[in-house]
Amino acid sequence: MNWRAIHAIYRFEMARTARTLMQSILAPVISTSLYFVVFGAAIGSRITTMEGVDYGSFIVPGLIMLTLLMQSVMNASFGIYFPKFTGTIYELLSAPISFIEIVIGYVGAAATKSIILGLIILATSWLFVPVRIAHPVWMISFLVLTAVTFSLLGFIIGIWADGFEKLQIVPLLIITPLTFLGGAFYSVNVLPPFWQVVTFVNPIVYLISGFRWSFYEVADVSVGISIGMTLAFLVACIVVVWWIFKTGYRLKN
Amino acid sequence: MQDIITVSGLSKTYATGFTALKNVNLGIRRGEIFALLGPNGAGKTTLIGIVCGTVNPSAGTVTVDGHDNVTDFRAARSLIGLVPQELTTDAFESVWATVSFSRGLFGKPKNPAYIEKILKDLSLWDKKDNKIMTLSGGMKRRVLIAKALSHEPKILFLDEPTAGVDVELRKDMWQVVRDLRAAGVTIILTTHYIEEAEDMADRIGVISKGEIILVEEKKELMRKLGQKRLTLQLQERLSSLPAGLFGASQLSLSNDGDELTYTYDTQAERTGITRLLASLNEAGIRFRDLSTKQSSLEEIFVGLVHQDRNGGAK
Repeated sequence: MNWRAIHAIYRFEMARTARTLMQSILAPVISTSLYFVVFGAAIGSRITTMEGVDYGSFIVPGLIMLTLLMQSVMNASFGIYFPKFTGTIYELLSAPISFIEIVIGYVGAAATKSIILGLIILATSWLFVPVRIAHPVWMISFLVLTAVTFSLLGFIIGIWADGFEKLQIVPLLIITPLTFLGGAFYSVNVLPPFWQVVTFVNPIVYLISGFRWSFYEVADVSVGISIGMTLAFLVACIVVVWWIFKTGYRLKN
Repeated sequence: MQDIITVSGLSKTYATGFTALKNVNLGIRRGEIFALLGPNGAGKTTLIGIVCGTVNPSAGTVTVDGHDNVTDFRAARSLIGLVPQELTTDAFESVWATVSFSRGLFGKPKNPAYIEKILKDLSLWDKKDNKIMTLSGGMKRRVLIAKALSHEPKILFLDEPTAGVDVELRKDMWQVVRDLRAAGVTIILTTHYIEEAEDMADRIGVISKGEIILVEEKKELMRKLGQKRLTLQLQERLSSLPAGLFGASQLSLSNDGDELTYTYDTQAERTGITRLLASLNEAGIRFRDLSTKQSSLEEIFVGLVHQDRNGGAK
Protein backbone atom coordinates (compact mmCIF):
# COMPACT_ATOMS: atom_id res chain seq x y z
CA MET A 1 0.00 0.00 0.00
CA ASN A 2 1.40 3.36 -1.04
CA TRP A 3 0.29 5.43 1.97
CA ARG A 4 2.21 8.47 0.86
CA ALA A 5 0.21 8.52 -2.36
CA ILE A 6 -3.08 8.30 -0.45
CA HIS A 7 -1.90 11.11 1.79
CA ALA A 8 -0.88 13.21 -1.24
CA ILE A 9 -4.25 12.76 -2.98
CA TYR A 10 -6.19 13.36 0.24
CA ARG A 11 -4.26 16.54 1.00
CA PHE A 12 -4.60 17.76 -2.58
CA GLU A 13 -8.37 17.30 -2.44
CA MET A 14 -8.70 18.86 1.00
CA ALA A 15 -6.69 21.86 -0.22
CA ARG A 16 -9.24 22.23 -3.01
CA THR A 17 -12.00 22.11 -0.38
CA ALA A 18 -10.22 24.72 1.71
CA ARG A 19 -9.99 27.09 -1.25
CA THR A 20 -13.75 26.98 -1.72
CA LEU A 21 -14.62 26.69 1.96
CA MET A 22 -16.91 29.69 2.24
CA GLN A 23 -19.15 28.75 -0.66
CA SER A 24 -19.09 25.10 0.36
CA ILE A 25 -20.37 25.88 3.84
CA LEU A 26 -22.48 28.93 3.18
CA ALA A 27 -24.76 27.44 0.55
CA PRO A 28 -25.91 24.37 2.56
CA VAL A 29 -26.27 26.42 5.74
CA ILE A 30 -28.46 29.00 4.03
CA SER A 31 -30.61 26.39 2.29
CA THR A 32 -31.02 24.47 5.55
CA SER A 33 -32.10 27.63 7.32
CA LEU A 34 -34.66 28.20 4.56
CA TYR A 35 -36.01 24.67 5.02
CA PHE A 36 -36.52 25.41 8.70
CA VAL A 37 -38.32 28.63 7.92
CA VAL A 38 -40.58 26.99 5.29
CA PHE A 39 -41.13 23.51 6.68
CA GLY A 40 -40.48 24.13 10.33
CA ALA A 41 -42.18 27.44 10.92
CA ALA A 42 -44.75 27.76 8.13
CA ILE A 43 -45.93 24.20 7.52
CA GLY A 44 -44.70 22.83 10.83
CA SER A 45 -47.09 25.12 12.71
CA ARG A 46 -49.98 23.13 11.12
CA ILE A 47 -48.44 19.65 11.55
CA THR A 48 -46.95 20.03 15.03
CA THR A 49 -45.82 16.40 15.45
CA MET A 50 -44.86 13.45 13.26
CA GLU A 51 -44.54 9.98 14.83
CA GLY A 52 -44.66 11.67 18.20
CA VAL A 53 -41.72 13.97 17.43
CA ASP A 54 -41.99 17.72 17.11
CA TYR A 55 -42.11 18.36 13.34
CA GLY A 56 -39.21 20.81 13.27
CA SER A 57 -37.01 18.30 15.06
CA PHE A 58 -38.37 15.44 12.95
CA ILE A 59 -36.98 16.85 9.69
CA VAL A 60 -33.44 17.44 11.04
CA PRO A 61 -32.07 13.96 10.13
CA GLY A 62 -33.65 14.24 6.66
CA LEU A 63 -32.08 17.64 6.09
CA ILE A 64 -28.67 16.38 7.15
CA MET A 65 -29.06 13.41 4.81
CA LEU A 66 -30.09 15.69 1.96
CA THR A 67 -26.89 17.71 2.33
CA LEU A 68 -24.78 14.63 2.93
CA LEU A 69 -25.98 12.83 -0.20
CA MET A 70 -25.72 15.86 -2.46
CA GLN A 71 -22.32 16.95 -1.19
CA SER A 72 -20.83 13.46 -1.27
CA VAL A 73 -21.89 12.87 -4.85
CA MET A 74 -20.88 16.33 -6.04
CA ASN A 75 -17.51 16.47 -4.26
CA ALA A 76 -16.38 13.05 -5.34
CA SER A 77 -17.65 13.32 -8.91
CA PHE A 78 -16.01 16.70 -9.40
CA GLY A 79 -12.81 15.56 -7.69
CA ILE A 80 -12.16 12.79 -10.23
CA TYR A 81 -13.84 14.44 -13.21
CA PHE A 82 -11.60 17.50 -13.09
CA PRO A 83 -8.28 15.65 -13.62
CA LYS A 84 -9.97 13.80 -16.46
CA PHE A 85 -11.13 17.10 -17.93
CA THR A 86 -7.77 18.88 -17.64
CA GLY A 87 -5.77 15.76 -18.54
CA THR A 88 -3.78 15.65 -15.29
CA ILE A 89 -5.21 12.14 -14.79
CA TYR A 90 -2.14 10.93 -16.72
CA GLU A 91 -0.16 11.37 -13.55
CA LEU A 92 -2.47 9.19 -11.47
CA LEU A 93 -2.41 6.49 -14.12
CA SER A 94 1.37 6.51 -14.46
CA ALA A 95 2.06 6.59 -10.72
CA PRO A 96 2.93 3.42 -8.80
CA ILE A 97 -0.50 3.28 -7.18
CA SER A 98 -3.42 0.90 -7.50
CA PHE A 99 -7.09 1.81 -7.76
CA ILE A 100 -7.47 1.17 -4.04
CA GLU A 101 -5.17 4.06 -3.20
CA ILE A 102 -6.81 6.37 -5.74
CA VAL A 103 -10.27 5.57 -4.38
CA ILE A 104 -9.26 5.91 -0.72
CA GLY A 105 -7.67 9.29 -1.48
CA TYR A 106 -10.52 10.79 -3.49
CA VAL A 107 -13.46 9.16 -1.73
CA GLY A 108 -11.89 9.75 1.67
CA ALA A 109 -11.50 13.46 0.97
CA ALA A 110 -15.01 13.81 -0.49
CA ALA A 111 -16.56 11.94 2.44
CA THR A 112 -14.60 14.01 4.95
CA LYS A 113 -15.93 17.21 3.47
CA SER A 114 -19.52 16.04 3.40
CA ILE A 115 -19.31 14.72 6.98
CA ILE A 116 -18.02 18.11 8.12
CA LEU A 117 -20.92 19.78 6.30
CA GLY A 118 -23.39 17.29 7.79
CA LEU A 119 -22.17 18.19 11.26
CA ILE A 120 -22.42 21.91 10.44
CA ILE A 121 -26.05 21.38 9.39
CA LEU A 122 -26.65 19.54 12.64
CA ALA A 123 -25.19 22.48 14.57
CA THR A 124 -27.29 24.93 12.54
CA SER A 125 -30.42 22.90 13.31
CA TRP A 126 -29.71 23.26 16.99
CA LEU A 127 -30.20 27.00 16.62
CA PHE A 128 -33.76 26.49 15.33
CA VAL A 129 -35.20 23.42 17.04
CA PRO A 130 -34.44 21.07 19.94
CA VAL A 131 -32.49 18.05 18.71
CA ARG A 132 -32.01 14.86 20.69
CA ILE A 133 -29.57 12.15 19.66
CA ALA A 134 -30.55 8.83 21.25
CA HIS A 135 -27.74 6.76 19.76
CA PRO A 136 -24.72 9.00 18.98
CA VAL A 137 -22.49 6.11 17.90
CA TRP A 138 -25.11 4.84 15.44
CA MET A 139 -25.71 8.38 14.27
CA ILE A 140 -22.00 8.82 13.43
CA SER A 141 -21.89 5.33 11.89
CA PHE A 142 -24.79 6.12 9.55
CA LEU A 143 -23.24 9.49 8.75
CA VAL A 144 -19.86 7.99 7.82
CA LEU A 145 -21.31 4.99 6.00
CA THR A 146 -23.63 7.14 3.91
CA ALA A 147 -20.92 9.70 3.14
CA VAL A 148 -18.52 7.00 1.98
CA THR A 149 -21.16 5.15 -0.04
CA PHE A 150 -22.38 8.22 -1.88
CA SER A 151 -18.84 9.50 -2.38
CA LEU A 152 -18.17 6.20 -4.13
CA LEU A 153 -21.29 6.75 -6.22
CA GLY A 154 -20.03 10.24 -7.01
CA PHE A 155 -16.64 8.85 -7.97
CA ILE A 156 -18.36 6.48 -10.42
CA ILE A 157 -20.39 9.34 -11.86
CA GLY A 158 -17.25 11.45 -12.21
CA ILE A 159 -15.58 8.72 -14.23
CA TRP A 160 -18.69 8.04 -16.30
CA ALA A 161 -19.38 11.71 -17.08
CA ASP A 162 -17.91 13.09 -20.27
CA GLY A 163 -19.23 16.61 -19.79
CA PHE A 164 -20.13 19.02 -17.03
CA GLU A 165 -23.87 18.53 -17.76
CA LYS A 166 -23.74 14.85 -16.89
CA LEU A 167 -22.00 15.78 -13.67
CA GLN A 168 -25.06 17.79 -12.69
CA ILE A 169 -27.73 15.45 -14.01
CA VAL A 170 -27.41 12.68 -11.44
CA PRO A 171 -27.51 14.86 -8.32
CA LEU A 172 -30.33 17.00 -9.69
CA LEU A 173 -32.48 14.41 -11.41
CA ILE A 174 -31.93 11.40 -9.18
CA ILE A 175 -30.52 12.22 -5.75
CA THR A 176 -32.71 15.24 -4.99
CA PRO A 177 -36.05 13.64 -6.01
CA LEU A 178 -35.21 10.38 -4.27
CA THR A 179 -34.31 12.24 -1.11
CA PHE A 180 -37.51 14.30 -1.14
CA LEU A 181 -39.55 11.15 -1.83
CA GLY A 182 -37.47 9.17 0.65
CA GLY A 183 -39.12 10.56 3.73
CA ALA A 184 -36.80 13.48 4.42
CA PHE A 185 -39.77 15.61 5.45
CA TYR A 186 -42.40 13.04 6.45
CA SER A 187 -42.87 9.56 7.78
CA VAL A 188 -43.58 7.00 5.10
CA ASN A 189 -46.55 5.89 7.23
CA VAL A 190 -48.51 9.00 6.31
CA LEU A 191 -48.54 7.96 2.62
CA PRO A 192 -51.39 5.92 1.05
CA PRO A 193 -50.59 2.14 1.05
CA PHE A 194 -49.76 2.02 -2.68
CA TRP A 195 -47.17 4.81 -2.42
CA GLN A 196 -45.70 3.21 0.67
CA VAL A 197 -44.85 0.13 -1.42
CA VAL A 198 -43.37 2.28 -4.19
CA THR A 199 -41.35 4.19 -1.64
CA PHE A 200 -39.60 1.07 -0.40
CA VAL A 201 -37.93 0.68 -3.81
CA ASN A 202 -36.15 3.95 -3.07
CA PRO A 203 -32.82 3.11 -1.39
CA ILE A 204 -32.66 6.49 0.30
CA VAL A 205 -35.70 5.63 2.43
CA TYR A 206 -33.56 3.13 4.30
CA LEU A 207 -30.77 5.63 4.88
CA ILE A 208 -33.06 8.34 6.21
CA SER A 209 -35.08 5.90 8.29
CA GLY A 210 -32.02 4.44 9.98
CA PHE A 211 -30.45 7.84 10.49
CA ARG A 212 -33.66 9.21 12.04
CA TRP A 213 -33.86 6.19 14.33
CA SER A 214 -30.43 7.06 15.72
CA PHE A 215 -31.92 10.44 16.72
CA TYR A 216 -35.45 9.75 17.88
CA GLU A 217 -35.83 5.96 17.84
CA VAL A 218 -38.63 6.21 15.28
CA ALA A 219 -38.15 4.43 11.98
CA ASP A 220 -40.12 3.49 8.85
CA VAL A 221 -38.23 0.23 8.51
CA SER A 222 -36.26 -1.77 11.05
CA VAL A 223 -32.72 -0.56 11.74
CA GLY A 224 -31.26 -3.91 10.68
CA ILE A 225 -32.75 -3.56 7.21
CA SER A 226 -31.48 0.04 7.02
CA ILE A 227 -27.93 -1.01 7.79
CA GLY A 228 -28.19 -4.01 5.47
CA MET A 229 -29.42 -1.90 2.55
CA THR A 230 -26.75 0.75 3.12
CA LEU A 231 -24.01 -1.89 3.21
CA ALA A 232 -25.44 -3.57 0.10
CA PHE A 233 -25.31 -0.26 -1.74
CA LEU A 234 -21.76 0.30 -0.51
CA VAL A 235 -20.67 -3.10 -1.77
CA ALA A 236 -22.37 -2.51 -5.13
CA CYS A 237 -20.45 0.77 -5.54
CA ILE A 238 -17.15 -0.90 -4.60
CA VAL A 239 -17.76 -3.61 -7.21
CA VAL A 240 -18.44 -1.02 -9.92
CA VAL A 241 -15.31 0.95 -8.98
CA TRP A 242 -13.24 -2.24 -9.02
CA TRP A 243 -14.60 -3.06 -12.48
CA ILE A 244 -13.81 0.46 -13.72
CA PHE A 245 -10.17 0.15 -12.77
CA LYS A 246 -9.89 -3.42 -13.96
CA THR A 247 -11.10 -2.52 -17.43
CA GLY A 248 -9.82 1.05 -17.50
CA TYR A 249 -13.36 2.18 -18.41
CA ARG A 250 -13.24 5.84 -19.49
CA LEU A 251 -9.82 6.12 -17.86
CA LYS A 252 -7.46 4.31 -20.21
CA ASN A 253 -7.67 3.67 -23.90
CA MET B 1 24.93 -2.98 -22.17
CA GLN B 2 21.86 -4.36 -20.44
CA ASP B 3 18.52 -2.98 -21.62
CA ILE B 4 16.58 -1.01 -19.01
CA ILE B 5 13.32 -1.21 -20.97
CA THR B 6 12.31 -4.19 -23.09
CA VAL B 7 9.23 -3.96 -25.27
CA SER B 8 8.16 -7.28 -26.79
CA GLY B 9 5.46 -7.95 -29.34
CA LEU B 10 3.53 -4.83 -28.38
CA SER B 11 0.35 -4.16 -30.33
CA LYS B 12 -2.42 -1.68 -29.78
CA THR B 13 -5.76 -1.43 -31.52
CA TYR B 14 -8.04 1.30 -30.20
CA ALA B 15 -11.77 0.78 -29.71
CA THR B 16 -12.32 2.80 -32.88
CA GLY B 17 -10.53 0.03 -34.80
CA PHE B 18 -7.44 2.14 -35.40
CA THR B 19 -4.26 0.10 -35.04
CA ALA B 20 -1.66 2.36 -33.48
CA LEU B 21 1.06 -0.21 -32.89
CA LYS B 22 1.86 -3.43 -34.71
CA ASN B 23 4.07 -5.99 -32.99
CA VAL B 24 6.65 -3.52 -31.72
CA ASN B 25 9.91 -4.84 -30.29
CA LEU B 26 12.32 -2.38 -28.80
CA GLY B 27 15.11 -2.31 -26.25
CA ILE B 28 16.23 0.87 -24.52
CA ARG B 29 19.76 0.78 -23.15
CA ARG B 30 20.61 1.89 -19.67
CA GLY B 31 21.81 5.46 -19.53
CA GLU B 32 21.27 6.39 -23.15
CA ILE B 33 19.32 9.17 -24.78
CA PHE B 34 16.98 7.51 -27.23
CA ALA B 35 15.12 9.64 -29.73
CA LEU B 36 11.93 8.28 -31.19
CA LEU B 37 11.09 9.94 -34.46
CA GLY B 38 8.05 9.57 -36.61
CA PRO B 39 5.33 11.54 -38.33
CA ASN B 40 2.15 12.53 -36.53
CA GLY B 41 -0.04 9.53 -35.75
CA ALA B 42 2.84 7.08 -36.13
CA GLY B 43 2.29 5.66 -32.63
CA LYS B 44 4.94 7.49 -30.60
CA THR B 45 2.61 8.69 -27.87
CA THR B 46 0.76 5.35 -27.74
CA LEU B 47 4.04 3.53 -27.26
CA ILE B 48 5.06 5.87 -24.44
CA GLY B 49 1.57 5.61 -22.93
CA ILE B 50 1.73 1.83 -22.76
CA VAL B 51 5.19 1.81 -21.17
CA CYS B 52 4.09 4.39 -18.58
CA GLY B 53 0.72 2.78 -17.83
CA THR B 54 -1.71 5.35 -19.24
CA VAL B 55 -2.76 3.14 -22.16
CA ASN B 56 -3.67 -0.55 -22.06
CA PRO B 57 -1.85 -2.69 -24.63
CA SER B 58 -3.83 -5.09 -26.85
CA ALA B 59 -0.96 -7.60 -26.86
CA GLY B 60 2.65 -7.83 -25.80
CA THR B 61 4.70 -7.08 -22.71
CA VAL B 62 6.91 -4.33 -21.34
CA THR B 63 9.55 -4.85 -18.68
CA VAL B 64 11.20 -1.96 -16.91
CA ASP B 65 14.50 -2.80 -15.22
CA GLY B 66 13.32 -6.41 -14.99
CA HIS B 67 9.83 -5.58 -13.67
CA ASP B 68 6.79 -6.41 -15.82
CA ASN B 69 4.85 -3.18 -16.11
CA VAL B 70 1.48 -4.90 -15.53
CA THR B 71 2.08 -7.60 -12.93
CA ASP B 72 4.75 -5.62 -11.08
CA PHE B 73 3.53 -2.15 -11.98
CA ARG B 74 4.53 -0.50 -8.72
CA ALA B 75 8.21 -1.31 -9.13
CA ALA B 76 8.12 -0.55 -12.85
CA ARG B 77 6.29 2.78 -12.64
CA SER B 78 8.25 4.10 -9.68
CA LEU B 79 11.33 4.16 -11.93
CA ILE B 80 9.68 6.28 -14.62
CA GLY B 81 9.02 9.99 -14.94
CA LEU B 82 6.68 11.08 -17.72
CA VAL B 83 6.43 14.51 -19.33
CA PRO B 84 3.31 14.38 -21.50
CA GLN B 85 2.92 16.09 -24.81
CA GLU B 86 -0.11 18.18 -23.86
CA LEU B 87 0.24 20.98 -21.32
CA THR B 88 -1.92 19.23 -18.76
CA THR B 89 -1.55 21.04 -15.47
CA ASP B 90 -3.70 21.95 -12.53
CA ALA B 91 -4.89 25.52 -12.59
CA PHE B 92 -5.26 26.68 -9.01
CA GLU B 93 -2.37 24.89 -7.37
CA SER B 94 0.94 26.58 -6.72
CA VAL B 95 4.06 25.30 -8.49
CA TRP B 96 5.50 24.12 -5.21
CA ALA B 97 2.31 22.27 -4.23
CA THR B 98 1.91 20.46 -7.54
CA VAL B 99 5.53 19.30 -7.67
CA SER B 100 5.39 18.14 -4.05
CA PHE B 101 2.12 16.33 -4.83
CA SER B 102 3.82 14.40 -7.62
CA ARG B 103 6.57 13.27 -5.30
CA GLY B 104 4.04 12.05 -2.76
CA LEU B 105 2.04 10.25 -5.44
CA PHE B 106 5.13 8.22 -6.28
CA GLY B 107 5.51 7.25 -2.64
CA LYS B 108 8.65 9.20 -1.91
CA PRO B 109 9.17 10.89 1.49
CA LYS B 110 9.23 14.67 1.52
CA ASN B 111 12.47 16.29 0.46
CA PRO B 112 12.09 20.06 0.17
CA ALA B 113 15.79 20.52 -0.59
CA TYR B 114 15.52 18.27 -3.63
CA ILE B 115 12.35 19.99 -4.92
CA GLU B 116 14.10 23.31 -4.44
CA LYS B 117 17.01 22.09 -6.54
CA ILE B 118 14.74 20.95 -9.39
CA LEU B 119 12.85 24.23 -9.40
CA LYS B 120 16.11 26.18 -9.44
CA ASP B 121 17.55 24.04 -12.25
CA LEU B 122 14.44 24.71 -14.30
CA SER B 123 14.40 28.43 -13.45
CA LEU B 124 11.09 28.02 -11.65
CA TRP B 125 12.23 28.96 -8.19
CA ASP B 126 10.93 32.52 -8.26
CA LYS B 127 7.55 31.21 -9.46
CA LYS B 128 7.20 28.55 -6.79
CA ASP B 129 4.26 30.24 -5.04
CA ASN B 130 2.49 31.29 -8.23
CA LYS B 131 -0.66 29.56 -9.31
CA ILE B 132 0.01 27.44 -12.37
CA MET B 133 -2.74 29.14 -14.36
CA THR B 134 -0.79 32.40 -14.23
CA LEU B 135 2.27 30.88 -15.92
CA SER B 136 3.18 31.06 -19.60
CA GLY B 137 3.16 27.96 -21.81
CA GLY B 138 6.91 27.53 -21.56
CA MET B 139 6.77 27.80 -17.78
CA LYS B 140 3.99 25.21 -17.63
CA ARG B 141 6.17 22.90 -19.69
CA ARG B 142 8.91 23.32 -17.09
CA VAL B 143 6.43 22.57 -14.33
CA LEU B 144 5.58 19.29 -16.07
CA ILE B 145 9.27 18.43 -16.25
CA ALA B 146 9.70 19.32 -12.58
CA LYS B 147 6.76 17.06 -11.69
CA ALA B 148 8.27 14.20 -13.68
CA LEU B 149 11.63 14.64 -11.94
CA SER B 150 10.14 15.11 -8.46
CA HIS B 151 10.43 11.42 -7.55
CA GLU B 152 13.98 10.98 -8.81
CA PRO B 153 13.17 8.64 -11.72
CA LYS B 154 15.79 6.46 -13.37
CA ILE B 155 14.01 6.77 -16.71
CA LEU B 156 12.55 9.94 -18.13
CA PHE B 157 10.07 10.08 -20.99
CA LEU B 158 9.85 13.41 -22.78
CA ASP B 159 7.01 13.47 -25.29
CA GLU B 160 7.60 16.46 -27.54
CA PRO B 161 9.18 18.44 -24.69
CA THR B 162 10.08 21.50 -26.69
CA ALA B 163 6.88 21.97 -28.68
CA GLY B 164 5.87 25.61 -28.39
CA VAL B 165 8.89 26.51 -26.31
CA ASP B 166 11.15 29.42 -27.23
CA VAL B 167 14.80 28.96 -28.16
CA GLU B 168 16.20 30.22 -24.88
CA LEU B 169 14.08 27.84 -22.88
CA ARG B 170 14.90 24.95 -25.17
CA LYS B 171 18.59 25.45 -24.49
CA ASP B 172 17.93 25.42 -20.74
CA MET B 173 15.91 22.26 -21.05
CA TRP B 174 18.52 20.42 -23.01
CA GLN B 175 21.07 21.41 -20.42
CA VAL B 176 18.85 19.79 -17.79
CA VAL B 177 18.57 16.68 -19.97
CA ARG B 178 22.35 16.51 -20.40
CA ASP B 179 22.84 16.84 -16.65
CA LEU B 180 20.35 14.04 -16.07
CA ARG B 181 22.09 11.80 -18.52
CA ALA B 182 25.39 12.54 -16.82
CA ALA B 183 23.72 11.46 -13.57
CA GLY B 184 22.82 8.12 -15.18
CA VAL B 185 19.17 8.74 -16.07
CA THR B 186 17.94 7.01 -19.21
CA ILE B 187 16.04 9.42 -21.46
CA ILE B 188 13.55 8.63 -24.17
CA LEU B 189 12.32 11.58 -26.16
CA THR B 190 10.14 12.28 -29.11
CA THR B 191 10.56 15.49 -30.97
CA HIS B 192 9.64 17.20 -34.17
CA TYR B 193 12.82 19.22 -34.08
CA ILE B 194 15.07 16.71 -35.70
CA GLU B 195 18.12 18.84 -35.14
CA GLU B 196 17.51 18.25 -31.44
CA ALA B 197 17.57 14.49 -31.88
CA GLU B 198 20.66 14.91 -34.00
CA ASP B 199 22.21 17.04 -31.31
CA MET B 200 21.19 15.03 -28.25
CA ALA B 201 20.51 11.40 -29.01
CA ASP B 202 22.77 8.40 -28.74
CA ARG B 203 20.41 6.24 -30.72
CA ILE B 204 17.51 6.94 -33.00
CA GLY B 205 14.39 4.89 -33.56
CA VAL B 206 12.06 5.65 -36.41
CA ILE B 207 8.42 4.67 -36.14
CA SER B 208 5.95 4.85 -38.98
CA LYS B 209 2.38 3.60 -39.09
CA GLY B 210 2.78 1.71 -35.83
CA GLU B 211 5.93 -0.12 -36.77
CA ILE B 212 9.51 0.48 -35.74
CA ILE B 213 11.18 0.67 -39.10
CA LEU B 214 14.66 1.37 -37.84
CA VAL B 215 16.74 1.54 -34.68
CA GLU B 216 20.31 2.64 -35.09
CA GLU B 217 23.18 4.42 -33.42
CA LYS B 218 22.86 7.99 -34.51
CA LYS B 219 26.38 8.15 -35.89
CA GLU B 220 25.93 4.88 -37.72
CA LEU B 221 22.61 6.03 -39.12
CA MET B 222 24.07 9.26 -40.35
CA ARG B 223 26.98 7.41 -41.92
CA LYS B 224 24.93 4.63 -43.44
CA LEU B 225 22.07 6.56 -44.83
CA GLY B 226 23.86 9.81 -45.22
CA GLN B 227 23.78 11.35 -48.62
CA LYS B 228 26.17 14.05 -49.54
CA ARG B 229 25.57 16.96 -51.78
CA LEU B 230 28.16 18.57 -53.96
CA THR B 231 27.29 22.14 -54.83
CA LEU B 232 29.03 23.80 -57.73
CA GLN B 233 28.87 27.56 -58.15
CA LEU B 234 28.89 28.19 -61.87
CA GLN B 235 30.76 30.99 -63.54
CA GLU B 236 28.04 31.48 -66.11
CA ARG B 237 24.36 31.00 -65.53
CA LEU B 238 22.67 28.11 -67.27
CA SER B 239 19.11 28.30 -68.50
CA SER B 240 18.78 24.52 -68.36
CA LEU B 241 20.86 21.42 -67.79
CA PRO B 242 22.74 20.56 -70.98
CA ALA B 243 21.83 17.13 -72.35
CA GLY B 244 24.35 14.32 -72.11
CA LEU B 245 25.85 15.33 -68.77
CA PHE B 246 27.00 12.49 -66.58
CA GLY B 247 24.63 11.55 -63.73
CA ALA B 248 21.80 13.77 -64.92
CA SER B 249 19.30 12.07 -62.60
CA GLN B 250 21.36 13.14 -59.58
CA LEU B 251 21.84 16.68 -60.80
CA SER B 252 19.69 19.71 -60.24
CA LEU B 253 20.01 23.31 -61.25
CA SER B 254 19.07 26.14 -58.91
CA ASN B 255 16.31 28.49 -59.98
CA ASP B 256 18.56 31.33 -60.97
CA GLY B 257 20.79 28.91 -62.86
CA ASP B 258 24.07 29.65 -61.11
CA GLU B 259 24.26 26.60 -58.88
CA LEU B 260 24.46 22.96 -59.79
CA THR B 261 23.80 20.36 -57.07
CA TYR B 262 24.93 16.77 -57.34
CA THR B 263 23.52 14.33 -54.77
CA TYR B 264 25.44 11.15 -54.14
CA ASP B 265 25.61 8.27 -51.71
CA THR B 266 28.80 8.15 -49.67
CA GLN B 267 28.40 4.38 -49.29
CA ALA B 268 28.25 3.70 -53.01
CA GLU B 269 31.22 2.00 -54.60
CA ARG B 270 31.66 4.91 -56.92
CA THR B 271 30.45 8.36 -56.08
CA GLY B 272 30.81 9.46 -59.70
CA ILE B 273 32.39 12.76 -58.79
CA THR B 274 35.38 12.33 -61.03
CA ARG B 275 33.24 11.43 -64.00
CA LEU B 276 30.85 14.29 -63.31
CA LEU B 277 33.67 16.80 -63.24
CA ALA B 278 35.13 15.36 -66.44
CA SER B 279 31.72 15.50 -68.08
CA LEU B 280 31.26 19.15 -67.04
CA ASN B 281 34.66 19.96 -68.43
CA GLU B 282 33.73 18.39 -71.75
CA ALA B 283 30.50 20.40 -71.86
CA GLY B 284 32.51 23.53 -71.21
CA ILE B 285 30.79 24.33 -67.94
CA ARG B 286 33.18 26.03 -65.58
CA PHE B 287 32.70 26.74 -61.92
CA ARG B 288 33.98 29.27 -59.42
CA ASP B 289 33.69 27.26 -56.26
CA LEU B 290 32.44 23.98 -54.85
CA SER B 291 31.30 22.64 -51.49
CA THR B 292 29.99 19.36 -50.11
CA LYS B 293 27.43 18.88 -47.35
CA GLN B 294 26.36 15.83 -45.35
CA SER B 295 22.59 15.38 -45.30
CA SER B 296 20.90 16.06 -41.98
CA LEU B 297 18.95 13.61 -39.91
CA GLU B 298 15.79 15.33 -41.07
CA GLU B 299 16.52 14.50 -44.67
CA ILE B 300 17.36 10.93 -43.72
CA PHE B 301 14.14 10.70 -41.78
CA VAL B 302 11.95 12.11 -44.52
CA GLY B 303 13.60 9.72 -46.94
CA LEU B 304 12.96 6.73 -44.66
CA VAL B 305 9.33 7.48 -43.97
CA HIS B 306 8.71 8.19 -47.61
CA GLN B 307 10.31 4.90 -48.58
CA ASP B 308 8.22 3.06 -46.02
CA ARG B 309 5.01 4.63 -47.30
CA ASN B 310 5.80 3.77 -50.88
CA GLY B 311 6.65 0.24 -49.75
CA GLY B 312 3.33 -0.01 -47.95
CA ALA B 313 1.39 1.08 -51.01
CA LYS B 314 2.63 -1.80 -53.12
